[in-house]
Amino acid sequence: MTSTTYTLTHDNLNALLRALVAAGKQLHAPQRVGPKVFFKPVNDAATIVFDYVQTAESPKSLLFPKAEFLVSYRQNSEGMVVTDHLQKEIPEMILFGSRPCDAAALSRFVQFFADGHADAMVTQRRRALTIISMSCIASDPACFCTSCGSSPGDTTGSDLLLTPISNGRYLVDVVTEKGQSLVAANEALFEQAPTIVKDSYLATVEAVFTPEEITKRLATSFNDPIWKNASLRCIGCGACAYVCPTCSCFTIEDEGNDRTGDRLRCWDSCAFALFTVHTTGHNPRPTQTERWRQRVMHKFSYLPETNHFLGCVGCGRCSRACPADMNLKEQIIAIAELLPAIG
Amino acid sequence: MENTYKPYLMRIERAIDEAPGVKTFRLAFANDDDRARFSFKTGQFGEYSVFGEGESTFCIASSPTRDGYIECTFRQAGRVTSALARKEEGDTIGFRGPYGNIFPIEAWTGKNLLFVAGGIALPPLRSVIWNALDLRSNFKDITVLYGARSVADLVYKQELDEWGKRSDMKLVTTVDPGGETADWKGSVGFVPAVLEKMAPSPENTIAIVCGPPVMIKYTFPVLEKFNFTPDQIFTTLENRMKCGVGKCGRCTVGPVYVCKDGPVFTYRQLQSLPAEY
Amino acid sequence: MQSLQHKAAELLGSNRASVVIGYAEGSDGRVRPHFARTNDDAKALVWDQRCKQNLAVYLTKHEIKEMGPAAIIASPAVVRTIVQMASEQQFVRSFPITLVVDNDQVTELNDGPSLEAFATSHPVLFPSHVTKEVEDLAAMSVADRFAFWQEEFSRCFKCYACRSACPLCYCTKCITESNQPQWVTVAPHALGNFEWHLNRAMHLAGRCIQCGSCTLACPAGIPIALLTIEASNIVQREFGYQPGIKADAPAALSSFRVEDKEAFIR
Ligand code: SF4
Ligand code: SF4
Ligand code: SF4
Ligand code: SF4
Ligand code: FES
Repeated sequence: MTSTTYTLTHDNLNALLRALVAAGKQLHAPQRVGPKVFFKPVNDAATIVFDYVQTAESPKSLLFPKAEFLVSYRQNSEGMVVTDHLQKEIPEMILFGSRPCDAAALSRFVQFFADGHADAMVTQRRRALTIISMSCIASDPACFCTSCGSSPGDTTGSDLLLTPISNGRYLVDVVTEKGQSLVAANEALFEQAPTIVKDSYLATVEAVFTPEEITKRLATSFNDPIWKNASLRCIGCGACAYVCPTCSCFTIEDEGNDRTGDRLRCWDSCAFALFTVHTTGHNPRPTQTERWRQRVMHKFSYLPETNHFLGCVGCGRCSRACPADMNLKEQIIAIAELLPAIG
Repeated sequence: MENTYKPYLMRIERAIDEAPGVKTFRLAFANDDDRARFSFKTGQFGEYSVFGEGESTFCIASSPTRDGYIECTFRQAGRVTSALARKEEGDTIGFRGPYGNIFPIEAWTGKNLLFVAGGIALPPLRSVIWNALDLRSNFKDITVLYGARSVADLVYKQELDEWGKRSDMKLVTTVDPGGETADWKGSVGFVPAVLEKMAPSPENTIAIVCGPPVMIKYTFPVLEKFNFTPDQIFTTLENRMKCGVGKCGRCTVGPVYVCKDGPVFTYRQLQSLPAEY
Repeated sequence: MQSLQHKAAELLGSNRASVVIGYAEGSDGRVRPHFARTNDDAKALVWDQRCKQNLAVYLTKHEIKEMGPAAIIASPAVVRTIVQMASEQQFVRSFPITLVVDNDQVTELNDGPSLEAFATSHPVLFPSHVTKEVEDLAAMSVADRFAFWQEEFSRCFKCYACRSACPLCYCTKCITESNQPQWVTVAPHALGNFEWHLNRAMHLAGRCIQCGSCTLACPAGIPIALLTIEASNIVQREFGYQPGIKADAPAALSSFRVEDKEAFIR
């Protein structure tokens, strides 16, 4: 599929976005709120911003809303009736302006929910979603995608990938059928282009570790003393997990009374003290040391072992958001130095 | 595709008070189609729910050989189990499952089975015990050692009577010192100590151990002393759970999901896991 | 800075403190919390305008308490926090050694009176935009204010970074986590977020010492300190009580006086 490439002018891109909004499509794109940029539903294409390195929050809520109805129940004269929210149709959505690391993260996210006992909700939402990502021509010191299997021009997970090139134009990588049909439906806006080498336009993000090496070192690190010092300043808020495009932990809660109400799932995080606590009060992860270890191990050791992908794409959001400056990239580099290499 | 989180509606057919704060429900499917397509194997668990209160995790305590219903035994502790405890015969609750792995009972054909259980942890074993008893000719000797803090804390009292009378199995019951009553006929002593006195032979035997953490901790060494290998010893793990299907991230022990890779583990598997339970 | 590092080394050397809680250089021009336990650690301590995160939050953290007696480098906000925590009986035996830095002069505040005197002589100073935001919000109609918060809260996903960053949110089990009964709706939807923020604001009314750490921590960019700042302003106006000033003051909203102006209380 990647063989077809097009170019698109900035004006035509704006025309495309306006057309999508006008056609009543649910478009989610980066918009500024105060000093930060968030993916928000677009009412007016003019509010979309292009000059950001990374959004504060990841786009995962399009696949995994922060609060999502699982089932609803209602007691009627015949008894309890449970309705299934999966049967409701999901409107078509378009995500614009996700970074290549985001799209890569979402593809891992979708795979995680499809692996094993499949979670239909996430799969259904991905089917309703078209992802138009934007390559990175700038990065910041928190970024480390190239150490986590992605890169500033990575097409993984996107349906279309736009790369800003010269003369106010974008190179368009058509990655999937879905991307192709979006181009086809708006053919007049796109120009056929010869294959352009986009690398020279992309941001340079230096690779600072090899994930396989980290995974190998972590394999025997569970009881290592490094975790305590590494986590001392962590205050156990869930900010890192909530802004992370691959974190997928959730809780299930009921709302309502015994006759009518809903069962929802809501985001949760292994950083929280009460995440693992048993009803007896026993907590298998009693302090932040164990909780920080879980975060790093889950992403860089367990997921590679159980699901064959890294649980981090190096988007840097957690580092930017952390109120205690627990810089993940720095922590992983430190692990590479502190833990002995095995085998 | 199906919504994993949609519960079956279950009618409480029977509610039994087992011990202080401990109840057993026999649950029947409210919907015949659900009953027809439902099946499970021994060792599996589910999410039981009271609408408006939430879900709670416990094993299916009945045997898959008993068709058409499932049973669960729970101790009233948190919000959901307290709400469950208020439910009565005829009420409707939710159930989804079965989840998790199983006791490999087919692989145990021709072997002796030694069950060691403590306190409220008899339910997961009860499922296997009945399963084995219902397929009695598949196994050689069946021995059950069950202990609780006091006589009042023993669950499934009627069944214990029944098992005690059967000639095709051996039942030893015990209560902790001080927990006996005047007419108590069983042993007095902690489960590991009573087990030690029983001097079990590892020969062609599988030991299945479930109980509170301290009991487990002192029971494994006794079995090892009698030369049981870690592969001959089975147990179940408990961790906090929400989804039951390996997605919510709550029940993990290192790379292992108790809900998906467990709850049944051999002692050998446990030895390779970090102590995160 | 040098005198601070010197002081820290001296406290550690004399075993008066096992850990000095301060700041060190962090990533990309930021500072980060730093826990100095050795002479070398002490050399990394820094103190400047960037040091805004309220470090008192670490005084109740298990891994830090376990280290032994602590000294803490304190901004005026941290001093107010310590006074407020003391008034809420959070220090059982003694105060942490509180170090305040003025013109590269380090002073130890070790008892109630000296902490109180410092807190009184260093009134709360907000950046001008915060003062303006507080005033603007107070001047809004109820409907506009409601709309403002509705928009802001729409981004809240209940990561609770605001709570974790707040040294006065020290409860080991927050009311939001209590489920028998369920006081606060768990989900981060419109209702759940309003319930959470109302509870948070009420629990901090007259206790918030106005450091702004919650706003700094919020990854969703919600200026949530405005709520508790205004709540504390109201408590001060109505009850003449300012948090963080007197170590033995009774709590404004959970104590009672016979001469209270509200009739219902009698
Ligand atoms: S690493 Fe940072 S963002 Fe994550 S829980 Fe700890 S303090 Fe919060
Ligand atoms: S762990 Fe941090 S850097 Fe990695 S994907 Fe998540 S937010 Fe991005
Ligand atoms: S276990 Fe922690 S790091 Fe892993 S997905 Fe869950 S919240 Fe994220
Ligand atoms: S830090 Fe922000 S997003 Fe997190 S709970 Fe507080 S207000 Fe909500
Ligand atoms: S219970 Fe959700 S992952 Fe195991």
